[in-house]
Amino acid sequence: MTGKLPYLKETPSQTAGPYVHIGLAPGAAGFEIYRSELGWDIAGPNAKGERIRVEGIVIDGTGSPVKDVLLEAWQANAAGVYAHPEVAGAVEEGFRGWGRVITDFATGEWGFDTVKPGAAPGRNGQVQAPHINLWIVARGINLGLHTRLYFEDEAEANATDPVLNLIEWERRRATLIAKRTLRDGKPVYRFDIRLQDGDETVFFDI
Amino acid sequence: MDEFYARDRRWHPPARHPDYKTSVTRSPNYAAISLDQTVSEITGPVFGHTDIDAIDNDLLSNFTRPGEHPVGERIIVHGRVLDENARPVPNTLVEIWQANASGRYRHKKDSYLGALDPNFGGCGRTMTDDQGYYFFRTVKPGAYPWRNWVNDWRPAHIHVSVFGSGFTQRLITQMYFEGDPLIAKCPIVATIPDPAAVDLLIARLDMNATVPLDSIAYRFDIVLRGRRSTLFENRLEGN
Ligand SMILES: [Fe+3]
Repeated sequence: MTGKLPYLKETPSQTAGPYVHIGLAPGAAGFEIYRSELGWDIAGPNAKGERIRVEGIVIDGTGSPVKDVLLEAWQANAAGVYAHPEVAGAVEEGFRGWGRVITDFATGEWGFDTVKPGAAPGRNGQVQAPHINLWIVARGINLGLHTRLYFEDEAEANATDPVLNLIEWERRRATLIAKRTLRDGKPVYRFDIRLQDGDETVFFDI
Repeated sequence: MDEFYARDRRWHPPARHPDYKTSVTRSPNYAAISLDQTVSEITGPVFGHTDIDAIDNDLLSNFTRPGEHPVGERIIVHGRVLDENARPVPNTLVEIWQANASGRYRHKKDSYLGALDPNFGGCGRTMTDDQGYYFFRTVKPGAYPWRNWVNDWRPAHIHVSVFGSGFTQRLITQMYFEGDPLIAKCPIVATIPDPAAVDLLIARLDMNATVPLDSIAYRFDIVLRGRRSTLFENRLEGN
């Protein structure tokens, strides 16, 4: 006789649909309801480190911008520490490390301001190159897509990053590297996400 | 710090499901790369009661004009957020959004004929308590037509977003209502391969939780990925 193990099954995912803004960014849907919306300030005013902007577009299989995406970011502070109670080390007052942005209804462009994260510990004593974890939902995406943004100017750290090195196809690693430019003296990192085609962004099953 | 159980990818809808047309051009062609979880995956944002207001979980009053009420069947949606080990997930953020009783969303991109309700916003949020319990008051959303096949209708549903304690647990789904004949006809529901999984998205009529002469209740429990207990030395942090 075998019995059923006492585990529950995870609630299955469903698409966020075209009106995700109502729930998670109601101002963008066209109305004010909450005292404050969550996720517009990732780093807070006291965060140390380099202030950066991250921008991009999400492109579908036809080459067109996806204009109804909601994207969430999760990152460590400049010292590589995540704002989480089980992590050793403190973050600056007001640093949450989490943010949420939507793509522009007309252009598909998204962007957020934050600080550049530091290197975080990896498994087994390894070190992870600085990166921002991204999660993407939209109409037509049945289960949220996880990916990572790495920084072009961290070539040395990227070369030994255990996650980038896990990607068998070296040319695909480039899909995770954001390109750095300066705008009015401020670093801007460009990170376009391709849902399909030969240059498809690497997504992770975590 | 413990890792989470691997996600059962066969339980969730596949990225591409031809009957849900929009998924065809928005689904990756390549398989997702399996990643051993690091601190980046097993941590996630923490929210507190200062982030939200007490009224935020009451869609019957969080967008109403003084002395007025939204149109529609008044309902309570309540339940627990648990993990796969059946342990409660306390103090986690739950956000919902939905159409009004006419099947119309308060969204500048929704142009459906169903009327907007001046007393209904259609979104709410709350934190689970220390037992993982949550509740919302709202109206039952209407079914609405959508452009997929020519005559597709979404069953009445409420969109639900949940965090958990790690970014790997992040989940968005939809809650349906027991007895709705449109559930079986919906191409979005049908992206889920296993009927037993669909069943987990169907809230049950809960007469014991109704408020007599006021609101009828539906029970909807949410299960997030479970944490692996540490059977062997855990070297995740390398220390
Ligand atoms: Fe909907």
